[in-house]
Amino acid sequence: MRALLLEPFWTYGFMRTALVACLGLALANAPIGVLLLQRRMSLTADVLSHAVMPGAALGFLVAGYSVLALSLGGILAGVLVALLASAAMRFDTERSEAPLAVLYLMSLAAGVLLVSLRGSNIDLMHVLFGTVLAIDTRALVFIALVATVTLLSLAAIWRPLAVEGFDPLFLRAIGAGGTVFRGVFLLLVVLCLVAGFQAFGTLLAVGPVLLPAIAARCWTRTLHIQVVLAGLFGVLASVAGLLASFHLNLPSGPAIVLAGGALYGFSLMAAPLGRHASIPILQPAE
Amino acid sequence: MTMRGPHFTQALRFGAGAAGSVNRMLRRVFDGGMRPQPATDGSAAPSLTLDGVSAGYAGQPAIEQVSGHFAPGTLTAIIGPNGAGKSTLLNVLAGLMHPQSGSVRIEGAEPASIGTLPQATAIERAYPISALEFAALGRWREFGAFGTPPYELLPEVMAALQTVGLPDKATVPISDLSVGQFRRLLFARLIVQRARLVLLDEPFAAVDAQTTEDLLAVLRGWHEAGRTVIAVLHDIGQVRDMFPLALLLNRRVIAWDATATVLAPDTLAAAGMASARYDPRAGQLRLVPG
Repeated sequence: MRALLLEPFWTYGFMRTALVACLGLALANAPIGVLLLQRRMSLTADVLSHAVMPGAALGFLVAGYSVLALSLGGILAGVLVALLASAAMRFDTERSEAPLAVLYLMSLAAGVLLVSLRGSNIDLMHVLFGTVLAIDTRALVFIALVATVTLLSLAAIWRPLAVEGFDPLFLRAIGAGGTVFRGVFLLLVVLCLVAGFQAFGTLLAVGPVLLPAIAARCWTRTLHIQVVLAGLFGVLASVAGLLASFHLNLPSGPAIVLAGGALYGFSLMAAPLGRHASIPILQPAE
Repeated sequence: MTMRGPHFTQALRFGAGAAGSVNRMLRRVFDGGMRPQPATDGSAAPSLTLDGVSAGYAGQPAIEQVSGHFAPGTLTAIIGPNGAGKSTLLNVLAGLMHPQSGSVRIEGAEPASIGTLPQATAIERAYPISALEFAALGRWREFGAFGTPPYELLPEVMAALQTVGLPDKATVPISDLSVGQFRRLLFARLIVQRARLVLLDEPFAAVDAQTTEDLLAVLRGWHEAGRTVIAVLHDIGQVRDMFPLALLLNRRVIAWDATATVLAPDTLAAAGMASARYDPRAGQLRLVPG
């Protein structure tokens, strides 16, 4: 038992680094994921995670695997696409999600194109799926920084974000802003995705953001308990995924995401709200 | 987003001295330049003046060249057939929509003292917040995004819930309220907001008769307190009984006068409408172009 659960982290430095990285990500991702779900923005999160890719690819072209270059490129591209997305949503009178799908596909294509300009297929795999086990101290510091900034910022703007999330017109109507809070929130989402990008790659970075939050929503409707649960689930999925990847020689990122998915499956079966959480809660009739 | 017990609130107060300047700074940056301010009741009611307002989607304005004046303390119903642009007009008045041309001038009310009730579909009802907390949000301008709702607000919020007939629903999550009860709660938030200009979009749509009656009483109370109230309505019976003034809209202003005059056949004929059939059973107004 001890050999199974503790030995890998005890013996190998890279496993410890990976674990700390995943724990930091789980902390930052929990409130972000819960708020994204509450605001029905999971598609937006998907788009942003892909939007990070061309920027990170440019960073890779310029400087190779440098945390600074990859992150900076990723953040800039993410912010740019967030701005484009809100502009596109405004111009599209159908109020559809179509512009988001366009941005999502274009970002992915541009990213793959850019990486192929210089990199090999291995580089492409690295960008697309990440490598948790190759995280170095710099990446770790970046993740810690992002987690700190995310948690502190959310603590400061939690109330307006929550209110804006369920009644967006109210804050606008009384002239108390709202747009600013949404902007800060989107920026935090991009930051978390860029931090997760190193470990999970552009295709899977949304996984650790959304899956624990979706699982947490099965257990309670109260937002702050959801955040705590999502954090716990994130940690649990990380540990389980890392151990599975160590013992069974699986790629670590996908293993962690699958573990998160399994937690959701379990919550769906076991939790009181499970089967109702994924459909909109029915309004009681008059 | 919780309103906590007295101990917690007071503990926060004691700590607030040092955090006060940070709080003020945050507000300047985030709260749209809003300064925390006590809600006042007494001052003069606001008035609105519209000058050639057109609004809607590009190329197809929902309202065109709307001009006129809502005098301070008046109670006006906006009526008209489906697709007449009633909601568009109300959203423009509320500042939720910008006019394509023309201007809206509001005197005597800053945005924070305008109470708006858009069509209720915009609110995410599954959100875990109690009726009490929801109603307390009405006083947002007093505590802002970074303050805590003051404990002294509690009796006032409870009184508002009492007024709208929800005294025993304070701790109930908004997702558990019926459609009618939620509409009552929205009125409670407007009461807590102490709005001096109240804009309502179909406030009684899909609501039972008892709720409508109770909320009409609240509305009458606002009018008697001298506030300016404007409501989009489709029940002509209500308009006739309750609203001294009416604005008949069909993309343009057809008539804007005392309700009896607006609803008179002569007015409608003069406006190029051959007849306005009022079906008492449906409570609907149908305009037939001449």
